[in-house]
Amino acid sequence: MRWCWAMATNWRSCLPSAAVEMGADVRLLTEAFDFAAELSAFTSAHPAAGGVASFLGQVRASAHDSAVEALELRQYGPLTLPAMEDLAARTQGRWTLEGLLILHRSGEMQPGDPIVLVAAASRHRREAFAAAEFAMDHLKSESWFWKREKVAGAWRWIEPRAQDFEDIARWS
Amino acid sequence: MALKLVFLGRLEDAAGAPELEVAAASSLGQVLAGLDPELAAALQGPRVKLAVNGALVQDSDALVLGDGDELAFLPPVSGG
Repeated sequence: MRWCWAMATNWRSCLPSAAVEMGADVRLLTEAFDFAAELSAFTSAHPAAGGVASFLGQVRASAHDSAVEALELRQYGPLTLPAMEDLAARTQGRWTLEGLLILHRSGEMQPGDPIVLVAAASRHRREAFAAAEFAMDHLKSESWFWKREKVAGAWRWIEPRAQDFEDIARWS
Repeated sequence: MALKLVFLGRLEDAAGAPELEVAAASSLGQVLAGLDPELAAALQGPRVKLAVNGALVQDSDALVLGDGDELAFLPPVSGG
């Protein structure tokens, strides 16, 4: 019944996160988001959770000793959000969670802007830590995003790092 | 009668545009033959994946294209 579950997740993701009790809240955002407000809404929506582990990725201010002027993430509509929802379902299938939040930006961002926020709520901390890390490792190396940085006025595409593939290999 | 080609990531630079409309063709080989050879080579890179109408293609040699299909060329991803 995975299909029905995924549809339910999809439907829930249309609602404000405070209304979500069981399903994952998965969103692809085109505008800057307030990570503190999102995390606060997520934790209030899951009072049964004894712990929430979260990861925030933000645009770094420099790369290879050069100042980063902007970062852009491109996505591909038919693949990107459906794959994020599938990742959420796999994460929830692997650990017993009270809730799961996966937010990812696309579009152009400035240094310091949040790119990604993953939070897992569970009754005990170990599941929350592991689920958040699993989701984050897979977002990094398997999700349909392409990233480029603007340094000294020129855009350059960022290739995946070998470390990203090693990070994901340990989950298989 | 046309196909839409979508180029993600660095392939957009190779193509000079994020999208390109080309004449209808029944195979991927035919599509590639009609492109600039340098771009065709980039699209056939070993780590480039292909999606047709939003579904990943496992065996691109067996692909039969139809009018209006959208072909997306996907280089290695870099999210987060």
